[in-house]
Amino acid sequence: MIRPDADTLLEIVDLQARVEDKPILKGVNLTIKAGEIHAVMGRNGSGKSTLSKVLAGHPAYTVTGGSVLYRGANLLDLEPEQRARLGLFLGFQYPVEIPGVSNLEFLRVSTNARRGEKGEEELDTFAFEDLVRERLQVVQMDPAFLERSVNEGFSGGEKKRNEILQMALLDPLVAILDETDSGLDIDALRIVAGGVNHLASPDNATLLITHYQRLLDVITPDYVHVMAGGRILRTGGKELALELEDRGYDWVDQELAVLEVA
Amino acid sequence: MVAAMSNSASNSAAVAASSWVTTFLERLPAPAGELEAVQWRGREALSRQPLPTRRQEDWRFTDLAPLTALTPALAPAGEQGSWPEPAAGAVRLWLDAPGDPLAGQSLPAGISLLGADEVQQALGHTLAACNCEQHWPVELNQASAPRVLALRVSAVVAPILELVSQAAGDGVMRPVRVLLLLEEKASLEVLQVQLGSGSSLTSLVIEAHLGRESTLRHGLLALGESPACFLGHLAVEQEPRSLLESVWASHGWALSRFEPRVVQVDGEATTSLKALQLADGQQLADTHSRVEFRGPEGQLDQLHKAIADDRGRSVFNGAVKVPRAAQRTNASQLSRNLLLSNQARIDTKPELEIVADDVRCAHGATVSRLQTDELFYLQSRGLSAAVAAGLLKRGFCEEVLRALPAAAAAWRPLQRLLGEA
Ligand SMILES: Nc1ncnc2c1ncn2[C@@H]1O[C@H](COP(=O)(O)OP(=O)(O)OP(=O)(O)O)[C@@H](O)[C@H]1O
Ligand SMILES: [Mg+2]
Repeated sequence: MIRPDADTLLEIVDLQARVEDKPILKGVNLTIKAGEIHAVMGRNGSGKSTLSKVLAGHPAYTVTGGSVLYRGANLLDLEPEQRARLGLFLGFQYPVEIPGVSNLEFLRVSTNARRGEKGEEELDTFAFEDLVRERLQVVQMDPAFLERSVNEGFSGGEKKRNEILQMALLDPLVAILDETDSGLDIDALRIVAGGVNHLASPDNATLLITHYQRLLDVITPDYVHVMAGGRILRTGGKELALELEDRGYDWVDQELAVLEVA
Repeated sequence: MVAAMSNSASNSAAVAASSWVTTFLERLPAPAGELEAVQWRGREALSRQPLPTRRQEDWRFTDLAPLTALTPALAPAGEQGSWPEPAAGAVRLWLDAPGDPLAGQSLPAGISLLGADEVQQALGHTLAACNCEQHWPVELNQASAPRVLALRVSAVVAPILELVSQAAGDGVMRPVRVLLLLEEKASLEVLQVQLGSGSSLTSLVIEAHLGRESTLRHGLLALGESPACFLGHLAVEQEPRSLLESVWASHGWALSRFEPRVVQVDGEATTSLKALQLADGQQLADTHSRVEFRGPEGQLDQLHKAIADDRGRSVFNGAVKVPRAAQRTNASQLSRNLLLSNQARIDTKPELEIVADDVRCAHGATVSRLQTDELFYLQSRGLSAAVAAGLLKRGFCEEVLRALPAAAAAWRPLQRLLGEA
């Protein structure tokens, strides 16, 4: 939902980043306000996941230029855990398996870290179990997954649901969902999309990274951005996604070529 | 020049070592009691056998300096620490109790004490079968152990037998000796807890004979505080279709060395060995295991895990012997190590001797740091780097600790191992 008077949550200006010596982000500009849903699309390798990881603070990436303001503060100065506690959430394209660490324990510790930041009381094991059982329904996940190690042996789709469960528990202000729809069967896609819609509110914002219109059929974006060569090449409304579906990415490549020559 | 220097250094070390043994022997009381003959033989052997040195392949990475820094003397009886209550369903025996550890205790159904004649006959049998009765740490135990807990297990024993021993205080030597004879189809679960603090020395020798189709689950929790040292030996003979599950976890000793030795006398048995050793500070944690298949169709599943931090050092040597008679053996050995500091060190080595041709033997070793992507995933959910690292370490340990007998939970092994208790 676009509201001109909404608070700006995230303001990315000319963001540049590299991994080792390889420049990947080459000047990303993007502003996200409360209540909005943004979709980022683009070819494989165009830099979408890199953008999400730079925002979340992955140590492999070095920011070489530009700025990111998160609710007016310099996001890039913060440790990854501080960003998370302040309400920035990244749903991973490839959620990490952590053998030996109980999913329930992990969810509780992370939920309490976020609650502490919001000035809410920490939940003990019992109170947390109640909360998690309620939130499980958002993604229609079997409670048996709580007893297992974090993501260990989860199927691709189960991992993605576990990401949305975390989102439901952490109550983020800005949620970046990196291809959360990939690997989901048709029913799971509907459930996950329903969960995301359910969690969206006028106070928070969502950035969906996706390759597929089928996700945008169920979660209607306010803005669609096309990423290419480490920048956002074009921004439009939901019809831009339909145009991509229709025409493919060749025209994007041509625009990018013109840009890189200039 | 360098060679000459190290030579003279090791010469003086040799002198110091032999005088350490002399002093140790002098401080022992005169041989007496049920193990008098064994003590005589052990002392005799020690006086002739030099202390192991790093020039021996088996001791290459293991410097005995922390041990020779101690001046241990036999302590008559121990003191009970502030231990947790035994878990429900566990029967605790305090091995250092003054007098008889079994006084006022009734053994669970299916377990009986061996008579003196039986002890005479059986003691040392498995050590000999495993080729380690003349091993230095074993002789050290034989020279000093005042008694042996010798049990016959003749049925499926329901309660967990918990054996606790503690070496507390400076100059204390605590030799513990256990003999277990499992008859056909018998089954026993043992949790052995060895605690050590001050400049004490713990010496443990366990012998177990597993009759056909019997099961022994043995968990050893060895929790020390430097400068205390620990030398442990587990010798097991397995008859066909018996099952041995040994789990061992240690932390905190200035020097710990554990040597499980298993012989499948006619193959066809199942052996599972799981270990977790942590070395931080200046500690050295060493496991030398050996499993030998003397007949066909034996199984081994071995997992050895170690964490080395600070200037800690972890050593693992896992020997597996598969002679021609041991066709269709199926053995797997995995050594997984976490290296958490630049000054820490990990030496891990499989030692497979395979002569039989129709066998499956898999082995692998990994040494890694905490994974950046795992740390980042946890941090991205609001966990600080330190909490995230702690969770990953716990996760690493959990795989072994959850295999300990259930009664181990009362001792809070994870918290103790990670120094959180
Ligand atoms: N850690 C890294 N080391 C080396 N190269 C990297 C690293 N991370 C990203 N890259 C490279 O940066 C480019 C952008 O990768 P990124 O993962 O951001 O693409 P993407 O747009 O998310 O692609 P996809 O649609 O396939 O998920 C790729 O060429 C990738 O190989
Ligand atoms: Mg990607």
